[in-house]
Formats: sequence, structure tokens, C-alpha cells
Amino acid sequence: MAWFRKDKTGLTPQEKKNIPEGLWTKCKSCGEVVYSKKMEELLWVCPNCDFHFRISSQKYISLLLDDGYLDEYDVNLSSQDPLKFKDSKKYSDRIKQAQQKTGKIEGVTSGMGKIGGIEVSFAIMNFEFIGGSMGSVVGEKIARAIERAINNEIPLIIISSSGGARMQEGILSLMQMAKTSALLAILAEKKIPYISILTNPTTAGVMASYASLGDVILAEPKALLGFAGPRVIQQTIGQDLPEGFQSTEFFLAKGFVDCIVNRRDLRDTVIKFLHYMWRQ
Amino acid sequence: MVEGPFLEFERPIIELEKKISDMKDFSVGENIELNGEIASMQKKLNKLREEIYTHLTRWQKVQLSRHPRRPYTLDYIKMMSHDFIELHGDRYFADDKAMVGGFAFIDKQPVMFVGQQKGRDTKEKLYRNFGMAHPEGYRKALRLFRLAEKFQVPIVVLIDTPGAFPGIGAEERGQAEAIARNIRDMSRIKVPIVIVIIGEGASGGALGVGIGDRVMMLEYSWYSVISPEGCAAILWRDAAKASEAAEALKLTSEDLMALGIIDKIIKEPPSGAHNNPDMAAVNVKKEILEALDELSKKPVEQLLEERLNKYRKIGVYNE
Ligand SMILES: [Zn+2]
Repeated sequence: MAWFRKDKTGLTPQEKKNIPEGLWTKCKSCGEVVYSKKMEELLWVCPNCDFHFRISSQKYISLLLDDGYLDEYDVNLSSQDPLKFKDSKKYSDRIKQAQQKTGKIEGVTSGMGKIGGIEVSFAIMNFEFIGGSMGSVVGEKIARAIERAINNEIPLIIISSSGGARMQEGILSLMQMAKTSALLAILAEKKIPYISILTNPTTAGVMASYASLGDVILAEPKALLGFAGPRVIQQTIGQDLPEGFQSTEFFLAKGFVDCIVNRRDLRDTVIKFLHYMWRQ
Repeated sequence: MVEGPFLEFERPIIELEKKISDMKDFSVGENIELNGEIASMQKKLNKLREEIYTHLTRWQKVQLSRHPRRPYTLDYIKMMSHDFIELHGDRYFADDKAMVGGFAFIDKQPVMFVGQQKGRDTKEKLYRNFGMAHPEGYRKALRLFRLAEKFQVPIVVLIDTPGAFPGIGAEERGQAEAIARNIRDMSRIKVPIVIVIIGEGASGGALGVGIGDRVMMLEYSWYSVISPEGCAAILWRDAAKASEAAEALKLTSEDLMALGIIDKIIKEPPSGAHNNPDMAAVNVKKEILEALDELSKKPVEQLLEERLNKYRKIGVYNE
């Protein structure tokens, strides 16, 4: 037996060194090295530790919706810079950069689609767009997705990933929590189901509004979930945080998530819940 | 004459006040008539005060909102109302001392008061957890809102918090869930809700008890998506840049009025609420009663529809 252990790639460290960057992917959670092609097949779930890599909004749409098709709405809603906000960078420049990086106008993709033949109002947040932060446009697009669910009497599904409210729009961002949550109260009164799906990470202003208000809350394994960021908590209490603190598993143990769902089971799980909660 | 701690920009005022007071003592003690001199110094003081207070930076206003002598929630309740009975506990976990509430009469108007409570000395600050509520604080608040709704008592919320507490217990007991639920449920509570930001209005910690039909701010209070220090630490990577962050965040009562987020600014006494708490309380009380008077005339359906629309329309974007 060699002095080194062959991992699931079946490659020795020396062999790995010779694989060009991009062909293989190292798991951020356990360090396992896997062929990127294989990861693609596994929907970017680590075969060793089940860590769920971030995937694009488009991938979720193809994974979840019938025929991978979303009839996208509110495509052209775009941000202004109402506070003329500037830190090390101008907010208007940050938006432009995020648009170039993601090819999207803002941090939410939303519209109408079907899941297992059931028509739904669907929205997904894009963490790559300024940390999935919620400003006026994100709030408005989520609000309209909720309204489409109310007006068409169809279930609502939101996939969240966000660092919270967008600081660069100040109080306007905070108020998006109020806008979306108030509309969810109406949705709830109409007894229309809302399935909230949490992905890595979902924290702060989004977690403290619509992400926490699902009739059913599903979460991908090992995601960072919580109200305050781990660094803020660490600074406040002045000590290290317990292992696994603010993970999906922690959230489940404490009673704030219904099910931990592996990405490959997400579509089937959503369909099952809709069958229980929704009769067309 | 002001006793106790003061802010650096208050110093010239305090020094001049002391001079005037010394001169008065001297005049009385030595039996020398100095009325002319005293009057002219008083005039100078008023001018100085006006000059300093009309040119306050946003950061200075933030400091005023945190003034160690600024009236807190229970101070206002005591000054504005009578027969206050405090209610305790969320019925699930504990009684959060950072969030207080209870029935009281403002003149003849029964209300349910809810608000964050800060402490004045070190011991009390710790007891009140610096006005930073845990989930049980938000759940206590919601229990009190429901109680008020059940018995048709309007709600008055006084907001003064540097934020919801970011700690291990807070996460374990679902700080995010508690705040989210409050925001959603407050939007449908079937009695009038009046919100007054009396000091600090930091982020979800404020909004978690902050949904209402009338939202007002005291002149030198602030309300923001994040504290200036928190924003500076993240965007400037330096908490010492809080004054720059305060400017950028546009978090003062004037800013929020201009942005259409609040309904009214409640004027403070000259030099701030801490220099005349009674007068501050009179102003706040008057605005609360006026708002309740107006809101109580609305049918519930209209009240709730207007409350929803108030928040539904917030946002600035291109389409
Ligand atoms: Zn792994």
C-alpha cells in the first residue's frame, strides 16, 4: 500500500498536481478533490461530505421547473442609487460590475413556471449579485412574485441566498423586509402555500423576513443560516463559536427548518409538499 | 445648569452656561446688579446653541440619540401616561428585560406600550442588555400586540435599540424567525399602531416592533438598515469610519422624511431631549394622541389596507 491514500478521484497527489486547474474542483468543506465533470453530474454536491456548492439560478430553474422553463417577469427592473452612496466604491459602479459579472440586471430572477404540472410563482436569489443583498429591486421583484401567487391563486416558491439587506440603499432596503412580509400575511390569509428554500448562505434581513415565513421551510445541507453573521457574533461574545453553529443542521436541531433536502431530491420534495398542501 | 456627562460638541454651550450661572451667583452673593451683562450673555448662549445645533452632522445627531442623559422608553411612559402596568414574559422561554411593555393611560386614552429599554448605569445597562432584545423579547412584544388587539386597545411602540442581540442564544432561539413573524403579523394587527423612534432605530431589531400606521421620529433619533459602526466595519473595513458611514446611510429624521419613510418629525427641546425631558415628553404625547385620534376613526379594513399600502409602495427603481 502506498504511503498516500487514494481519494474518490482515484488519483494520487502527484497525478492531481498534473491536472490543469478547472478540470477538478476542491471541496470547500472537506477538501476532497473531484473531477469538475463528475461534480456537474452530481449537481455540484460533494460526494464525500454532501456539501452543496453554489450553483447558478439557471441551474436551479432547470433542476426544479418542468422542462426547465421559467416564464420570466419583471426582467427590466433595475436599481437606482437613491442615496448617492459611496464607500470605497460608488454604489452605481458596484451595480454595473455585478451586472457584468452575472449577466443579470439584478439579484432576483422571478416568474411563472410549473412543477410537476402545478403552476407556481417562482423566485430565486442570486448570491453572486452583490452578495444576494436585498435593495429596492430585489424587494420589489419578490413582492411582485408574492402578488402573482395571490392574484393567480397559485403556490409560491422562493429560493433564497443572501447576506441580508443592501446597505447601499439604506433604510429603503430595510423596508423591503416590511413590504415582502406584509404581502406574505395576505398570501397566508388566502391559504395559498409558500415553500421557502434556503441555500448557502441565507442570513440577516432576508432570513429575518420572507425566508423565515414559509409554510414549509426546506434547506440544503451545510448551508450557513442565521440572523447575525458569525463574525459579528464572535466579536460580540468574544469567544469562538461552537462547531456547526448556524448550519442547516443546527437550524433543524433548534426547530427552524422542516427538512434538510439534498439538491437532487429538491424537485420531488417540493412536488410532494404541493400535493399535500395544494388542490388545484 | 446641566449636570452629568455631555458630548464634545456640547462643551462650548455647557461652558457658557456655567459662566452665566457663576455670574448670577456672584451678582446675588455680592449684591451687584449685573442684569445687563447676564442678558447679553444669555443672548450669546442662544446664538451659540442655534449655531451648533443647526449645523450638526449626521454623526453628531447619532451621538445625541445615544446621549447618556437621553430619556429612555420607561422615562417617556412615566412622563406621558399614568397607571402603567408592566407585563412580563413571552410565555415560552423568559422575560426579556431589553423589551418592556404594558397597559397604560395617556390622559383618558388606554394604550398598550411596547419598546426597547436601555440602562443608564453599568449595572442597569447589563440588566437591560443595552436595549438589545433576544427572540423572547420580540415574542413578548407580539404577545402584547395580540393582547391589545383582542381587547381593542391601540398600540404605541417606542423604539430605542442599537440592534437585536447577535449572540449564541439569540440564534438558537430563532432571532430571525421571531423578527420575521413580528413584521408579518404586525402588518395585520386589527388596532391602530403608532411607532415613535425615540433614540436608536437599528435595522431588524427596530423593524421587528416597527410596523405601524403612523411612524414618527424624534428630531435627533436615527433609523437605518445597519448601525453606522456596523456599516463602517463591513464597507470601510474600519469601525472608526462610523461618521462617514452615518453620512452615507442618510439615517436622520430629516433624511427619512425626505425619503418618504416616516410620517412626521417630532421636534425636540433646544439642545435635545436630554436637556428638557419633560418638554420632549409633552411633544411626543401630543403627537401620539393626535395620531390615535385620527386612526381610531378608520374602519379596520381601511386601517389595514392603508397600512399594507404604506409599506407596499416603498422602493426606488427603474422599470
Ligand atoms: Zn466535501
